[in-house]
Amino acid sequence: MGSDKSSTSIERRQFDTLIIGAGGGGLRASLQLAEADLNVAVVSKVFPTRSHTVAAQGGMNAALSNVSPDNWHWHMFDTVKGGDYLGDQDAIEYMCRAAPKAVYELEHFGVPFSRLDNGKIYQRAFGGQSQNFGGDQASRTCAAADRTGHAILHSLYQQNIRAKTHFFDEYFAVDLLKDDTGRVLGALVFNIHDGSIVVIEAKTTLLATGGAGQLFKTTTNALINTGDGMGMAMRAGIPLQDMEFFQFHPTGIAGRGMLITEGARGEGGYLVNSDGERLMERYAPKAKDLASRDVVSRAIAIEVREGRGCGPNKDHVMLKLEHLGEDVIQKRLPGIRQTCITFLGIDPAESPIPVFPTAHYTMGGIPTNHYGQVVIPVKDTPEEPVQGLYAAGECACVSVHGGNRLGGNSLLDILVFGRAAANHIISYLKENKYHRGIDDEIIDKIVTKVKRYDGTDNRSADTVETVAMLRAELKQTMESHCSVFRNKEILKEGVDKVEQLVKRMENVRIDDQSFTFNTAKVEAFELENLMACALATIHSAYAREESRGAHSRTDYTERDDKAWMRHSLYSFENGLDYKPVRTKPLSVDSFPPKPRVY
Amino acid sequence: MNSEKINPEKFRWQCRRGMLELDLLLNNFVDKEVATLTQQQKQSFEQLLSYPDQTLLDLLLGNAVSSDPSVAALIQKIRSVSLD
Ligand SMILES: Cc1cc2nc3c(=O)[nH]c(=O)nc-3n(C[C@H](O)[C@H](O)[C@H](O)COP(=O)(O)OP(=O)(O)OC[C@H]3O[C@@H](n4cnc5c(N)ncnc54)[C@H](O)[C@@H]3O)c2cc1C
Repeated sequence: MGSDKSSTSIERRQFDTLIIGAGGGGLRASLQLAEADLNVAVVSKVFPTRSHTVAAQGGMNAALSNVSPDNWHWHMFDTVKGGDYLGDQDAIEYMCRAAPKAVYELEHFGVPFSRLDNGKIYQRAFGGQSQNFGGDQASRTCAAADRTGHAILHSLYQQNIRAKTHFFDEYFAVDLLKDDTGRVLGALVFNIHDGSIVVIEAKTTLLATGGAGQLFKTTTNALINTGDGMGMAMRAGIPLQDMEFFQFHPTGIAGRGMLITEGARGEGGYLVNSDGERLMERYAPKAKDLASRDVVSRAIAIEVREGRGCGPNKDHVMLKLEHLGEDVIQKRLPGIRQTCITFLGIDPAESPIPVFPTAHYTMGGIPTNHYGQVVIPVKDTPEEPVQGLYAAGECACVSVHGGNRLGGNSLLDILVFGRAAANHIISYLKENKYHRGIDDEIIDKIVTKVKRYDGTDNRSADTVETVAMLRAELKQTMESHCSVFRNKEILKEGVDKVEQLVKRMENVRIDDQSFTFNTAKVEAFELENLMACALATIHSAYAREESRGAHSRTDYTERDDKAWMRHSLYSFENGLDYKPVRTKPLSVDSFPPKPRVY
Repeated sequence: MNSEKINPEKFRWQCRRGMLELDLLLNNFVDKEVATLTQQQKQSFEQLLSYPDQTLLDLLLGNAVSSDPSVAALIQKIRSVSLD
C-alpha cells in the first residue's frame, strides 16, 4: 500500500456481487448467489471460519414445537415485545415465519443439531420466549450442543467452497465506492498480507461486517468486532439507525467479559445478591431469571447500586449453577464450565460465578428494509433504497430487534436476511446487467485516505496520538458514559469526550511502515470505524429522552410512545433525524404497544 | 512450512479469532513471548493457529489434549504465560 500507485495502475476485479464479511450473514448470502450462478466475491479481514459467528453457543430460535407447543405468531409477539415495540413488525413477521425453514436448510447443509430421544431437533428455553402471547415459558432455541455458531459457520463455508464462491481471505475493506448519483459500485480493499490495494467493482455490494462490541471496555465480543461496515456506511453518507440501543448481556464474567450463555439460566441457573436472595423473583415474578436481557441487566445494576453486590467491592452478583449437579453441568454446559475453571479458577459445579452486565450486541446499524436493501431518507420519503447497496446481519438494522434483542434471534436474523438480501440481489441483477465503470477520481480519493498513515511526518512528538491510547480512552468513555443506566449529565459529558477523541484521531501516527501484515494500520482503520459508531451511539442516546429496551434513562424512566416510538438516524452530515416505526406486519394484525411485564 | 520467515506481525493477525477467550489467551502470549520463541516453537505455534477456533478453544481450555507433544507443550506455555 506504500507503493506509489495511482488509480490507473491499481488492480481491479469485477464481480456481480461483492460481499464484505464472511460470518453467517455474509456466507448465507454468498451461497444463495453462487448457487444462482452469479459471480460472487466474499472479502473477510480474518479467515472466514474465524468470524465472530463461531462464538455463538446458545442457539437459534424457530417455532418448531418440538419441546413445547409453539407457532411463529407467538415468536413474533415475543420479538415485538422483547424489542419494546421499536422493531419493525413487517420484518419481524417475515423473520419468524421464515425461521423453521432456515433451520431445516441448515440441517440440509450439514449442521448437526442436537436431538431429542424421538429424533426431533432439541430445543432449549431462552429468555423472553413464551407460549400463547405472553403465557408459559416456551422452548424455542435449536442448538448444536454448545457450538451452534461454529457448526453453522463451518457448514456454510464448506457449502460455499463447493459452490465456488470466490474468497478474498485476510483482505480489509476500507471504503465503499460511490458515484455522484449515490449508487454504490463496490469497495476498495487491501491485502493484509502485502498491503496491495484492490478495487473490487461490483453491480451490487452487501455489507455483512458484524457488530461493534469493541466500543466498550468490558465486552463479550472478540477484537474483530469494530463496526467496520457501519463506519463505511457513515462515510458514504448513510445514517446509522437506533445506535443508542446496545445490548448488555446480564451474565458476562464480572470485569473480564467472557460470556456465560443464557443457556445456563435456561438449564435452571439463577442469580443471587449478597444476601443470597434470588433477586429476579422481585423484578420479574413470572419469568424470573429468563426475563428479557435488558430487564435482567437492569436488575443486576440496581442490586449493585443499592449495595447488595457481592465481592470485596460489591460490584457484581452471583450466578448459581451448583444445584444442577456436576452431571448436568458437564453434559449441557461443558464450555462455560471450562471457561470458569481456566479464567477464574472456579468450578461452577462447586461455586457460583461472579457476573455483571457486559456489552454484547449492537441492535442498531445500517438501516435496511426486509429485502436487505439499505434505505435512507430522501426528501419526504423516509426509506429510499440506495442503489446497489445491501446490508445483513449484526451490522444491519432491519429492524427486528428493536430496543432489545432476544437470545437466539441473531443467528436467525443473519441467516434469514442474508438469504433475503441475496434473493433481492438476484432479481435486481436481472434488471441491472452491466458494470457502470468507476471514475478514477472516486478511487483516487479513497487511495489518498488509505495512504494517510504512510510515511513518517515531522510533527512534534507531543501532538502525536497512538491508536492504542485513543482506543483505550474511547472504550472507557463509552463504558462510563453510555452503559446500562444513563442520564443527561453523564451522556452530555460522554458526547463531548467522544467528539474530542474524534478530533484527536487526526493526529494518529503509525510507526510501522512495512507492507506485510501491517496490523497497526489495520487497527487504525478499525479505530476510525469505532469512532464513527461511538458518535452515532452517544448522540442518539443523549437525544432520546425516554427509557425503552436497552436504553434506560434515570431522568426519563418511562417509555414515551407518543414522542419516541420512532427510529433514530445519525449521520455525519445531518446529525440526528428520525423515522417512524413500521407497525404494520405483512399479514397479521399489529401488536400495539403495551406495558412490558415479565 | 518455512518458519525462518514467519513475521511476528503475521502471528499477531493469525491470533485475531472469533472468540474473546482466544483473543485473550493468544494475544497476551504473542505480546509477551513471540520474540523469544525457538524455531521449533514457532512451527508448533503456526500449526496450532491453523486449527479451527473451536478446536483451539478445546485445546487451550484443557477440554482436549493435542497428540503432538510439541504442540501440547506450547499450549502449556501459552496457558501459563497468559493466565498468570
Ligand atoms: C459470545 C457470543 C455468543 C453469542 N451467542 C449467540 C447465540 O447463541 N445465538 C444467537 O442468535 N446469537 C448469538 N450471538 C450473536 C451472534 O453471534 C452475532 O450477532 C452474529 O453471529 C453476527 O453474525 P454476522 O454474520 O452479522 O457477523 P460476524 O459473524 O461478526 O462476521 C463479520 C464478518 O465481517 C468481516 N469483516 C468485518 N469488518 C471487515 C472489513 N473491514 N473488511 C473485511 N471484512 C470485514 C469479518 O472478517 C467477518 O467475516 C452471540 C454473540 C456473542 C458475542
